[in-house]
Amino acid sequence: MSKKFITAWLALLALMMLNVQPAQSMEGPDTATLDSLTDLFAPVSFNHAMHVDVVANDCAVCHHHTTGTKVTDERCARCHKNSGEANSVACRDCHNANPFSAENLQKIADAELLFHTDKPGLKGAYHRKCLGCHQEMGAPTACENCHTKTEKGEAFYRSGKFAPTPGKEPASE
Amino acid sequence: MKNLLDRRKFLKGGLASGVLASVLGTGKKAFAEHSFGGYPNSMGVLVDLSKCIGCRTCEAACNKEQEMPAPDKPFDDMSVFDEIRHGQKRRTSEKTHTVVNRYDVPGHDGPVFRKFQCNHCNEPGCLSSCFVNAYTKTPEGAVVYNEKVCVGCRTCMIACPFYVPAYKYSSPINPVITKCKMCYDTRLKNGRPPACVEACPQEVMTFGKRRDLIKLGHERIQKNPGKYIDHIYGEKEVGGTAWMYLSSVPFAEVGFNTELGDQPIVNYVKEFLTVVPMVLTIWPALFTGFHLLAKRKENQKESQKATTPSDRNA
Repeated sequence: MSKKFITAWLALLALMMLNVQPAQSMEGPDTATLDSLTDLFAPVSFNHAMHVDVVANDCAVCHHHTTGTKVTDERCARCHKNSGEANSVACRDCHNANPFSAENLQKIADAELLFHTDKPGLKGAYHRKCLGCHQEMGAPTACENCHTKTEKGEAFYRSGKFAPTPGKEPASE
Repeated sequence: MKNLLDRRKFLKGGLASGVLASVLGTGKKAFAEHSFGGYPNSMGVLVDLSKCIGCRTCEAACNKEQEMPAPDKPFDDMSVFDEIRHGQKRRTSEKTHTVVNRYDVPGHDGPVFRKFQCNHCNEPGCLSSCFVNAYTKTPEGAVVYNEKVCVGCRTCMIACPFYVPAYKYSSPINPVITKCKMCYDTRLKNGRPPACVEACPQEVMTFGKRRDLIKLGHERIQKNPGKYIDHIYGEKEVGGTAWMYLSSVPFAEVGFNTELGDQPIVNYVKEFLTVVPMVLTIWPALFTGFHLLAKRKENQKESQKATTPSDRNA
């Protein structure tokens, strides 16, 4: 049983290291698996290398000031003009997965000097960043273009095999 | 409303004499000065319409959380945006507590989506219209409804300025009002955000203390010049609501009623309703008194007539 436990831990560690990788190389990984929020949708296999090309090596487009590249948004530059590389460039290390938890709300309320009080949570950050750009660039924008629904997701959206019986007209009120 | 005002004037006229008028005057003033204005630490939600992509995930989350009946179409079916019933876009019903609608705003790039549900007013019209007190505004900010005491009069449906409460017409045995309760039982009272807020992929909705959200909303408007209409819908409307909205297109273009005014709905009837008990208790006594006085004079005259008939001839 302990062997299984250790294997599981090792697997988890390996997975964490895979996700931490971007901090270790300037170019970042070729692909990143975005799986920390997996629930209704399967993990996203993110082609990092391709997106680096799309933004012409300007990491700040997605990573703000954390990669050490010069920030272009003048609103950020007011403070982060000379900010160096951050310890972590992973989205989830700054963007909270539970932004509206009582603890997080309290944390924001207690931090009197905190400027970034309107920072989106992890899910919001992913979708706004990805989708915002996809809309501008004419890239795919449907949910399942990036991640397929899990079975739980299909049950949640009442789609696929959980879809309501067709042919039934919506009851009028 | 005009009728009520006229009636009020009439009633005031009727009570204009002496002591009664002064009693009514002070009573009225006390009510006008006292405004509830909402619980100080109540929670709220700021909905940023400019971020909504119309994915309907909030509708699905609500359906699951509140154990609502199965929808007519899957929640990833976008054809619902074209549905028009009785000349209206989709609205809240016994089958759904929240609805996302699509609006094509001329001059705006792409469609605009608007989520709506109960706005959880600081001073709810539904609550003040209910004569069995089926509604409660909780300190956390939710307006909840107790179906056990509801008599099914549906006055709340008429009192609501946003047409939110729906009626379970499908149930002949236990028809009740259905509306969004801000996930009070399952989430809000434990300090967790409503299910729709948590499910939204775009984080269209920000959950927090209402007073913080107002600050945050104004900051967002200020920090993004030209992006938003300089107004938070719900900050002041009908006395303030727990759910508030930011939009990059005029609110009237996406189905908001911009003519509701800042007065809580109850204010339109407060003065009138204060007079009702007074009328019911004082008027009968007062007019019985008048009646008896008048009768007494008449009686006296008649008895005088009867006793001294010679006086008249003299």
